[in-house]
Amino acid sequence: MKIEDKKRVLREMVLHRRFEERCYQAYIERKIGGFLHLYPGQEACCNGVMEAARPGHDYVITGYRDHVHAIKCGSDPKEVMAELYGKETGSSKGRGGSMHIFDAANRFMGGYALVGGPFPLAAGIAKAIQLKGGDEIAICFLGDAANNQGVFHETLNMAALWNLPVLFVCENNRYGIGTSIERSTAVVHQHKRVAAYNIEASECDGQDIEVVYEHARQAVDHVRSGKGPFFLELMTYRYRGHSMSDSRGYRTREEEELWKQRDPLFILRDRLIEAKEMTMADYEAIEKETDAYIENEVIKFAEESPEPRVEDLEKYVFADRESQKPWLTGNAA
Amino acid sequence: MAQIMLWEAIQRAHDEEMARDPLVICMGEDIGVAGGTYKATKGLYEKYGPLRVMDTPISEGGFTGLGIGASFLGIRPIIEIMSVNFAWLAMDQMFNSAAKIRYMSGGQLQAPCVFRSAGGAAHQLGAQHSARMEKVFMGIAGLRVVTPSNPKQAYGLLKSAIRCDDPVFINEHELMYNMKGEVPDAEYFMPLEGSEIARSGTDVTLFGYNISAHWCLKAAEILDKQYNISAEVVDLYSLSPLDRAGIKQSVSKTHRVVIAEEDEAPVGVGSEVIAIINEECFFELDAAPVRVHSALVPQPYNHTLEKAAIPDHEDVVKAVLKLFGKA
Repeated sequence: MKIEDKKRVLREMVLHRRFEERCYQAYIERKIGGFLHLYPGQEACCNGVMEAARPGHDYVITGYRDHVHAIKCGSDPKEVMAELYGKETGSSKGRGGSMHIFDAANRFMGGYALVGGPFPLAAGIAKAIQLKGGDEIAICFLGDAANNQGVFHETLNMAALWNLPVLFVCENNRYGIGTSIERSTAVVHQHKRVAAYNIEASECDGQDIEVVYEHARQAVDHVRSGKGPFFLELMTYRYRGHSMSDSRGYRTREEEELWKQRDPLFILRDRLIEAKEMTMADYEAIEKETDAYIENEVIKFAEESPEPRVEDLEKYVFADRESQKPWLTGNAA
Repeated sequence: MAQIMLWEAIQRAHDEEMARDPLVICMGEDIGVAGGTYKATKGLYEKYGPLRVMDTPISEGGFTGLGIGASFLGIRPIIEIMSVNFAWLAMDQMFNSAAKIRYMSGGQLQAPCVFRSAGGAAHQLGAQHSARMEKVFMGIAGLRVVTPSNPKQAYGLLKSAIRCDDPVFINEHELMYNMKGEVPDAEYFMPLEGSEIARSGTDVTLFGYNISAHWCLKAAEILDKQYNISAEVVDLYSLSPLDRAGIKQSVSKTHRVVIAEEDEAPVGVGSEVIAIINEECFFELDAAPVRVHSALVPQPYNHTLEKAAIPDHEDVVKAVLKLFGKA
């Protein structure tokens, strides 16, 4: 990675971290409802892969821990926060919520709340790319636990069989909700599982963005050059619980502390400081600016935005009726 | 106007739409090289090739989800699920992804895909290959459900379903693919909403759809010839949404109602039609509506037991005679 890119990405990662922490606070204040799954600890995964890909050009799909992936694809943090607040100005007009951020304009194809559900959708997006002949790729970010669903295997089989341009990124954070990977999965290293489908795979440290970036570059090149699917496993950790209702009784504070020593933001920060590209004061200034931006713009926008109108409750269930009339009520030919 | 079989009508709709639009594709088990279990995709593989006529692995959840994902980018997949019994495996994707995507994305994405599947009790296929499941599909927000009773409907409904921007589930019947009927030579689109008066009458309305529409027609003939009862047959080819106006209109004319369905009774087309009558035209009724339906049992293999579980036109006749105090 170039030095300017590292600096830019560090700034982005600070935004991603502080955005999520601010969500936590807003949830405690009951401004955000439903389920909330936060990303701190895993920032190098999304950022490292997307630095190697083309955000806004490549199609990205993921699970319910989706805020940062949307922002990285180009979504306005204001709209993501407004969605969490359930506002009409939100990414999904307040109809989706935290687990269903969408941004079609930036080719962020959404967050989905059924574990493993996006696997075949990602392959389908890749199939569409194949039929249309573009140079985009589909990137599917999911956690390790999703690999225990049947559609994981069904999708790998079809993706390999039809040589689809899809990159599967497994963010292996070691826990499926509250059950550790050792207790749920016969194979801890997920990349080994895809060998059965003749799919190229690699595994690397998911905390060091430069390591992620290097592996992702090879993975993205492989897929974009028409060699078929690729499976990239990133070993990572989420600092918060699965969702907000999680007291983390299934893991030790010592384990958490060990992983906090490998904070992806600090790894990159310290490397830049060591290279004399920035100082600790610079970093603290970034944090301060980011917090001010989140408070003065992101939160303000979400707070001040209007609620959806109750009259529009049934809008978006079906396509706009007028446009569909020939097929619904006749006189088409 | 040509007399063709129902599978030929479906094949023709596929062929016309695939010839017109390169984004229309079809996929499913054995639909390509093998030509389709019910021949509904015969000849398409040779004409359009493996990229657009996809023989899938036996992975209903996987390939249904794959088709849905492709539809997000404007592909129009016609996804054949060989038997509706296997659709259980695909329902997560059909309901959680296709039916909800427009709503939960605030109108940004849509899933314009068609799901076709054969249901119904055929001949001694047993508990896991004989299900009628229209009741499961017709209660899902964001999903349209239609069910053809003849080749003309099968052709026209599929044509409209492919063009429509909403996901559409087409419920077909294993015993009806070789049924012959007239289909217009000119291109024809059947509206996805509404109902059809298959036979006009004045004394009682028989509501049916798919195979039960045929029981109703046969019953109406018997009632006319042997009992001098004039039955109107309303074909509810659209199960979601049901045609509230059409139901009201016919009930307001005949004041008596029998609903025939091959599905089991609890939670089904019959109960839903009665609810609509209650809401729209309760005081038009001269007698309580009657449901004719299957027994609530896993389909038995034994021929005699199977016959006992599934109703037919004679049961419809009996139900009407009971309504008129003649049985």
